[in-house]
Amino acid sequence: MQDDNKRYVERDRNWHPPAYAPGYKTTVARSPSQALVSLQRPSVSELSGPDFRALRMGPHDNDLLMNYREGQGQDALPIGERIIMFGRVVDQYGKPVPHTLVEMWQANAGGRYRHKKDAYLAPLDPSFGGVGRCLTDDDGWYRFRTIKPGPYPWPNGINTWRPAHIHVSVMGPSISTRLITQMYFEGDPLIPICPIVQTINDPDAVETMIGRLDMARSRPMDCLAYRFDLVVRGELQTYFENQ
Amino acid sequence: MQQPNSVGTHDLMLRETASQTAGPYVHIGLALDVAGLPERDEEIWNQLAKPEADGEHIEVVGQVIDGNGDLVRDALIEAWQADGQGQYQPAFDLQKPFNSFGRTATTAVGDSEWTLTTVKPGAVTRGDGKTMAPHINLAIFARGVNIQLQTRLYFEDETDANAACPVLSAIESPARRQTLIAKREEADGKVRYRLDIRLQGEGETVFFDF
Repeated sequence: MQDDNKRYVERDRNWHPPAYAPGYKTTVARSPSQALVSLQRPSVSELSGPDFRALRMGPHDNDLLMNYREGQGQDALPIGERIIMFGRVVDQYGKPVPHTLVEMWQANAGGRYRHKKDAYLAPLDPSFGGVGRCLTDDDGWYRFRTIKPGPYPWPNGINTWRPAHIHVSVMGPSISTRLITQMYFEGDPLIPICPIVQTINDPDAVETMIGRLDMARSRPMDCLAYRFDLVVRGELQTYFENQ
Repeated sequence: MQQPNSVGTHDLMLRETASQTAGPYVHIGLALDVAGLPERDEEIWNQLAKPEADGEHIEVVGQVIDGNGDLVRDALIEAWQADGQGQYQPAFDLQKPFNSFGRTATTAVGDSEWTLTTVKPGAVTRGDGKTMAPHINLAIFARGVNIQLQTRLYFEDETDANAACPVLSAIESPARRQTLIAKREEADGKVRYRLDIRLQGEGETVFFDF
């Protein structure tokens, strides 16, 4: 099969967070104690993945200012900082990744999630759901319009708060490139003291998760813009596979 | 700062965006119904096969269990499998009878089982001509899981194929291979395979790097 001619650049698991990172307490009982088994010869099983171009999306699936209030019959726009979140999905060789699925979810301006299990006392916003999705375009660009999420407390240490963040999920060309991360906001002083951010050892790796204020893409008198590029594993062709 | 065991990369290559946990509210984004959000017209969910799909129709179920033996009730699982003939069907389209990709979740209620409605995948041949036993690729995302855990589900009634599978054989410990073999059950005239995923400790599921 054609996909067997591909390889992806090996994932650097010291760059990514380790499974066991006790500062983030939930990892203690949810991290494997055995070593991962490396597949020396990946097959089409790992080298292929879903293509979502035929997934039918709604007109406001990537617009969180609109996509919940309409369904709920709300006239009011959500409360909070209006922002555009955009960026490009590329691979490690800088090659754009077109037509790939980018999904995101987040809390509202007060740090409250519209989820059954979130009981934080900050209120829900009747006009805000907090979920978006889109496909990258021909050149690998994606964009969302939303409200900047608020920080929120969570039970880890006695007084632990998440920085403002948007969860971001990208498929890329195969299940080998599949990635879920979080976008943080440039300059947020909660970033360096967050136990989840701190699961990552390399400060340069933390930098890959920071959305940057981009005044050039902001809309005067309307909304600010944050740029967040995503890099997925680089794709190689194999020329001399069978020895 | 380069970590001592980092994979050597030349300066011109970009570094992959770092992974983070999907967190406790992953369902808002990837399993809207579980979060209590209204669903959109089309959602990616756990019915890979419609009744008219070719192949042997099965249900696949399981629980996710942590290192204390407690249920993980907030995991999201992604499945990627070949169709009944052993072919991957990358073009995801909910109008089609079968999709190779699906999602499921464990939940706060009851036994917290994840389920997939699918067909039993056919065997898939690797680039070197070796045939892998029928399997479903699973990726587990959850709070407390910093980067997704990648595993495979095999079928206990594929004894010969499992014994010959080059991927199962690559697991050094034969006892650990058993952690990937789903047990066959029959319930209400349906064939069901059950695989519990143990994240840590006794009977820990094998997870792969690829």
